[in-house]
Amino acid sequence: MAITINGQEHALPDDPRVTLLDLLRGDAGLTGTKKGCDHGQCGACTVLVNGMRINSCLALAVTHDGDEVTTIEGLGSPTEPGVMQSAFLAHDGFQCGYCTPGQICSATAMLEEIKAGWPSDATEDLEGAPEITGEEIRERMSGNLCRCGAYTNIVAAIREAAGEDA
Amino acid sequence: MRPFDYQRAERLEHASQLAADSETLPLAGGTNLIDLMKLQVETPQTLVDIGRLSMGEIAEEGEGLRIGALATNTATAAHPRVRADYPVLARAILAGATQQLRNKATTGGNLCQRTRCYYFTNIDQPCNKREPGSGCGAIDGVARLHGILGTSPQCIATYPGDMAVAMAALDATVEITGESGERSVPVRDFHRLPGDTPEKDNVLEPGEIITAVTLPAPVSGKHIYRKVRERSSYAFALCSVAAIVDMAEGRITRADLAFGGLAHKPWHDPRIAELLVDSEPSLALFDKAADLLLEGAQGYGENDFKIPLTRRTLTAVLCDATGVEA
Repeated sequence: MAITINGQEHALPDDPRVTLLDLLRGDAGLTGTKKGCDHGQCGACTVLVNGMRINSCLALAVTHDGDEVTTIEGLGSPTEPGVMQSAFLAHDGFQCGYCTPGQICSATAMLEEIKAGWPSDATEDLEGAPEITGEEIRERMSGNLCRCGAYTNIVAAIREAAGEDA
Repeated sequence: MRPFDYQRAERLEHASQLAADSETLPLAGGTNLIDLMKLQVETPQTLVDIGRLSMGEIAEEGEGLRIGALATNTATAAHPRVRADYPVLARAILAGATQQLRNKATTGGNLCQRTRCYYFTNIDQPCNKREPGSGCGAIDGVARLHGILGTSPQCIATYPGDMAVAMAALDATVEITGESGERSVPVRDFHRLPGDTPEKDNVLEPGEIITAVTLPAPVSGKHIYRKVRERSSYAFALCSVAAIVDMAEGRITRADLAFGGLAHKPWHDPRIAELLVDSEPSLALFDKAADLLLEGAQGYGENDFKIPLTRRTLTAVLCDATGVEA
């Protein structure tokens, strides 16, 4: 049983209680992913599994045998930040930074979901192609809380990363 | 989290055999179950992981649609047939939870989602649903999210989901398999009222596993899912209305309605369609519909507001559906 994290294979834990979040931060030593509420309410633990964003705190690691996980460390580095990471820097899309890895992983997947045409609660025409509007971004990012309240700049950063006028 | 054994089911029959044990629970997306295990509300000795079984397909079935039990909420809401022919279902799913949760949450798991009653999820509090006979903390306590219809002296918890409310309006069917064979149950009859056995959320027997939900052939009409909640996204319904309403020659020809956030199950009252169908829409008629719906409604202090809120939400939905000025 193994899991691939940012392109590297890792063994799965013997104890089935270990969540994907704890595997990432513990055995894999990737502390970019944050533990906030540990109950799927805050989004700080958001990572991509096979390209889909999930709350890693509500996933048992053993159930992800064979899956490919991308964490914030897999999206870029301090010297070579990814597009979304650069946009968050440019727009000051954070204050304390604790929610930021989850925000960036979530936003990265969100742009792919819009490209794939998935509707949201804010989409007026269910059968049309959703657009990248402020309202769509706010609804689609509602699973990522920021207690510093940097939301305005987070939306601006995401719009820039999407190639829209911020 | 308490220690447990983890088993991965390779076949549905295997999962069903294992799940027949009262100390074993099936695990699909896990977004509710793992949370409840962390809180020690659920303490299974064994989890049988059914997540790898091939039950995720969404496929045509006659003129209807069969949604596999492991189809994610995301897959269902984004499916072209659901968006085109069952928009009330897409809207209900998208009004619930967050994208991260919908990516994991499954159709079967969502039907089995447990109540969000604060006394149920806190093991230091009394709760007849979690620990039969321990009492109900909510009846004289914090009851803002709680039920006003079909409650019992033992339990006033609500079923918290949105998806099943739309499925009740659509009169969908739950496909179930177990050791004694397969059976089908209308979504409207799948969840129970609490009565004297609030520990039972639904009609599933030990070892029974949901395999699919089948939607009947699509019907014409306006599809609406209206959800009233404490904030504009990511909150459970205080009250929700799923509606499919059609009109012809100034009269209502269809009024399939179901309600969320009010009871231990998605609420469906056949008398409402009987009243509305063949009538000319008017505010007076909608008021009569609300009278029927709320006959016997009981508030528990903090949730008294739900009675007038439900009346106003139903009226707003029917105005929207029929073009009557509010």
